[in-house]
Amino acid sequence: MSVQTWTFIIVGLSFALYIGIALWSRATSTKEFYVAGGGVHPVLNGMATAADWMSAASFISMAGLISFMGYDGSVYLMGWTGGYVLLALLLAPYLRKFGKFTVPDFIGERYYSQTARIVAVICALFVSFTYIAGQMRGVGIVFSRFLEVPINTGVILGMCIVFFYAVLGGMKGITYTQVAQYCVLIFAYMVPAIFISFQMTGNPVPQVAFGGILDKLDGLSTELGFTAYTAGSKTVLDVFCITAALMVGTAGLPHVIVRFFTVPKVKDARISAGWALIFIAILYTTAPAIGVFVRTNLLENISGKAYSSAPAWVHNWEKSKLIQFNDKNGDGLIQYYNEQTADAAFLQAAAAKGWKGNELVIDQDIMVLANPEIAGLPAWVIALVAAGGLAAALSTAAGLLLVISSAVSHDLLKKAIYPQISEKSELRAARIAAAVAIVLAGIIGIYPPDFVAAIVAFAFGLAASSFFPAIVLGIFSVRINKEGAITGMLSGLLFTGSYIIGFKFMGWPKENYLLGISPEGIGTLGMLLNMGITTLVSYLTPAPPVSVQQMVASIRIPKGASAASDH
Amino acid sequence: MNDKHLKKYWKKNLSYLLILLSIWFVVSYGFGILFRKQMDHFSLGSFRLGFWFAQNGAIYVFIILIFAYVYLMNKLDKDFDVNE
Repeated sequence: MSVQTWTFIIVGLSFALYIGIALWSRATSTKEFYVAGGGVHPVLNGMATAADWMSAASFISMAGLISFMGYDGSVYLMGWTGGYVLLALLLAPYLRKFGKFTVPDFIGERYYSQTARIVAVICALFVSFTYIAGQMRGVGIVFSRFLEVPINTGVILGMCIVFFYAVLGGMKGITYTQVAQYCVLIFAYMVPAIFISFQMTGNPVPQVAFGGILDKLDGLSTELGFTAYTAGSKTVLDVFCITAALMVGTAGLPHVIVRFFTVPKVKDARISAGWALIFIAILYTTAPAIGVFVRTNLLENISGKAYSSAPAWVHNWEKSKLIQFNDKNGDGLIQYYNEQTADAAFLQAAAAKGWKGNELVIDQDIMVLANPEIAGLPAWVIALVAAGGLAAALSTAAGLLLVISSAVSHDLLKKAIYPQISEKSELRAARIAAAVAIVLAGIIGIYPPDFVAAIVAFAFGLAASSFFPAIVLGIFSVRINKEGAITGMLSGLLFTGSYIIGFKFMGWPKENYLLGISPEGIGTLGMLLNMGITTLVSYLTPAPPVSVQQMVASIRIPKGASAASDH
Repeated sequence: MNDKHLKKYWKKNLSYLLILLSIWFVVSYGFGILFRKQMDHFSLGSFRLGFWFAQNGAIYVFIILIFAYVYLMNKLDKDFDVNE
């Protein structure tokens, strides 16, 4: 059976599973819709959090990014995992004790201010919408490659599935489908990884096996004018700042934080973060191995070889234009090398060999998707990878959707504009908001702006420089007040926002980077700025009211956390 | 539940955070970034240690840190009788 047929079957089965779970877990109250009734078992919650966290980017793009970046790829590996330590130690248990439904809820009450709440809502909406744009696009791409349907059809199909289980089940439906999606995605990721590891090194454990070929890969890289794989080319300060911005940003993302509102007890919130990281780490410790294997394969078996005898997978991916070969010197051989290197001696030697420029352009997103084909695995495994990529994208999209819909129905409607709204009407509003958000997300997926990746970097920078400091300072200091928090959040936002917009969208030259820090890393400085200003302004203005100080004291103690509802 | 008792609980919590977050910082920013070149002089199997910490090792330590925190806090909650 062809890949396409297998894909229809496996993806179809996985979708049937998600729909079944959605029917079983219909939400009947706002508590169920927003926080799954608060009764999700911590291990299952950890699995759902892992699926929610690992988006299309983690599943499809990350290993490819690392394979092209080498050591520099560590910013993603550490950046997207280290934040969970911050979540477990500094946020999750206290927010669970706080016991309400959303992040803007916490900001609004801790800083006793509707202004603060609205600022938080705007940030949450912006962060979530930008993130979701990337997911819907990812869904479209997977569909188009494996099911050979147009990208837009794929986006619409994805929208329908998410619509069904998110609108019906709310957080309850989303959580349990995420558990299923985690199982699908981790199986789909690991099977090809283990096979390739075994084929290339004789060792089926990727995390152990990839060490042995690093020296060879370094050699292969430098021979072709690339920096050594294990060396990297970013400055130490930039790597530091990007990693920090990603870690802190992770801990400030509303759709991640809200995952800790759904467990029964405070201590469950702590351990759930631990389980989430274990489930995430299975993929994240494998990704660098995949990066190394696929890169080695590329440099060893493709570069310099005759185009006509290139393996089938190269030609397959050429069809979707994700690999492009252009025989610039007409010798029928594939020259793949770094024509932009600063090494003049290398370029001279290349010219002497008759090389007339790099001939192979590879989209880094295909590294994971092509993995099973490279390893010569059967068609059903390839179809499984498609199902895994879809699981990753849909699970994240659903989590984001929940944040958007609750921001509208709970934070705006119930808490700000129309407090007398009945529970039933609020639930209906939440469902309508989710439906509208899905349609908008789908439209962004069909007509994506060019700068989706840059916008996601923006989302992290924002979370790092506005949410994270506001929440952490709110928990750990009683003196921080609303004037401090609002000025701090706005300063962090403005500083980080203008830096990113300037350099990424308005073309400011790279030489002007502050201390050589790229826009991806500026959130770290934004966070420090926020903390400084928040503290300064707080001490110059009156302390928070006693009721708020008591609230802070109470969230520091687990006893008295609101009970979960029956499941 | 008297105030001094709760203050002691909170202080103990903060001390745990300080220690665990220091390890968090050292293992990722320290071994994996700032002192990576120095760490690379050592090996773990066929990996250079700095590179290994940056790409795999820090993640393993993160997991241990979270579970260490869970264990310490469960004990602390019990000792100070602030359990749910």
